[in-house]
Amino acid sequence: MKTLLILGAGTAGTMVANKMAQHLDPVEWKIIVVDQEETHYYQPGFLFIPFGIYRPNDVVKPKRDFLPRNVEFVLSPIDLIEPDENRVRLAKDNRVIDYDYLVIATGTQIHPEETAGLKDNGWHENVFDFYTLEGATALSRFLKFWKGGHMVLNVVEMPIKCPVAPLEFLFLADWFFHQRGMRDEVDITFATPLPGAFTKPRAAAMLGDMLNRKHINLQADFNAMEVDHEKGVLRSYDEREVPFDLLVTIPTNMGAEVIGRSGMGDELNFVPTHKHTLQSEKWENVWVIGDATNLPTSKAGSVAHFMLDVLVENMLRHMEGLEPLPKFDGHANCFIESGFEKGILIDFNYDVEPLPGKYPLPGLGPFSLLKESAANHWGKMTFRWIYWNVLLKGGDMPFESQMSMAGKWN
Amino acid sequence: MTEKTAEAILESVEFNEDGYMVDPNAWTPQIAEAIARQEGIAELTEDHWKIIEFCRQRASESGAAPTLRQITSGTGISTKELFSLFPKGPAKKVAKIAGLGKPEGCV
Repeated sequence: MKTLLILGAGTAGTMVANKMAQHLDPVEWKIIVVDQEETHYYQPGFLFIPFGIYRPNDVVKPKRDFLPRNVEFVLSPIDLIEPDENRVRLAKDNRVIDYDYLVIATGTQIHPEETAGLKDNGWHENVFDFYTLEGATALSRFLKFWKGGHMVLNVVEMPIKCPVAPLEFLFLADWFFHQRGMRDEVDITFATPLPGAFTKPRAAAMLGDMLNRKHINLQADFNAMEVDHEKGVLRSYDEREVPFDLLVTIPTNMGAEVIGRSGMGDELNFVPTHKHTLQSEKWENVWVIGDATNLPTSKAGSVAHFMLDVLVENMLRHMEGLEPLPKFDGHANCFIESGFEKGILIDFNYDVEPLPGKYPLPGLGPFSLLKESAANHWGKMTFRWIYWNVLLKGGDMPFESQMSMAGKWN
Repeated sequence: MTEKTAEAILESVEFNEDGYMVDPNAWTPQIAEAIARQEGIAELTEDHWKIIEFCRQRASESGAAPTLRQITSGTGISTKELFSLFPKGPAKKVAKIAGLGKPEGCV
């Protein structure tokens, strides 16, 4: 009996378990999934919690419900991965699992302790993250009674999970304060290490323009050095100071600590991965998917989804002694909630930046690319249902894994 | 090096629209000094060179200029020091001086 071991039962790991269970013969293969948490979070929903649009209950379900029955689910932290020995040591009962194939889907987590002063005082009092359920929920309680002042949103360093989420937060905050009749009482600043609102030039210009129209100040090329609580400022390495009454932070993102401990990661514990095949650069029976990779594309559920078919096909080919195919193109696809029941959709890959057009049907849509529309907003809101009911279970989606130029214009 | 010779050196070097050298193989230490002057760094010290060499080495392995985090963890030089050596945006500034493309940290 051979073993396929999947580390992580988040979006990526769950999808892989479902797909591989459809392909592998249960007489020949055993599939084991390990995760330290029982709860599956619908992470795109965290964004809506601070503004009272979603409640914590809307974004949690048991992980087990989304894994196939014939998969063994082990709830345990991982002590060590020993890829040279093809085995993994778990914390629970000191269990050791020998594997034939390993899939790493351990994601990325926030590390506020990487920035001086960020976690010292005021953490979840007037300094919040919204990348955890705790942070998003604490922020919703804070915003409920806030009377206004300086709100600063800071991205500490790149890369981060879902690079459009900070912009969505800003747009939703603008809308939220408008709704409450207190927009004039709030001064909003976006402090980012990027040279502008976003990385890709056309999207950066379009989104930067939206920040202007919404009177959101931009502090670009801002590398956060420390939070000075006494003075109430966020300070950058080039000695700029941004005063805040409310600081919303996207702290340093790093891959799982076990990746670092096992000597498998880069300086941020992301796993060096072949850009187009998703095989580990070092071990041929180790495959990497989702946020855990070091690949230069967005860390997002849509990307994990576009990786899925390539990863599954390549593992199956490898099991048959065939070469993996270089089919992953860095495809990413993000709904950007822009407030006032509108949204923007962007679609891009390693080589092609987001362009205007219609998606997924050329000329028809229903979604508009790089442009605000109500349909885009409803697409985003419907997505939660699709996520729980179709996507996680490895069902078919009406999108191709590879990016298409059809329906786009330059 | 005088202002004039720096200009003369850079005259024959090809840059892209963002001001990064098109061909990293055409880079020489003299070009680095000339670019550094343009970027407001009068003289490249031993510490500067240590970082420039690290970045060139790293880029030759990975094909991309390293990010701020890669430079600090690879050289042991703190971010604060890096900002004092290469004021404003060190990752971008070193990449320019080292004749490399824009750092790929951001997607």
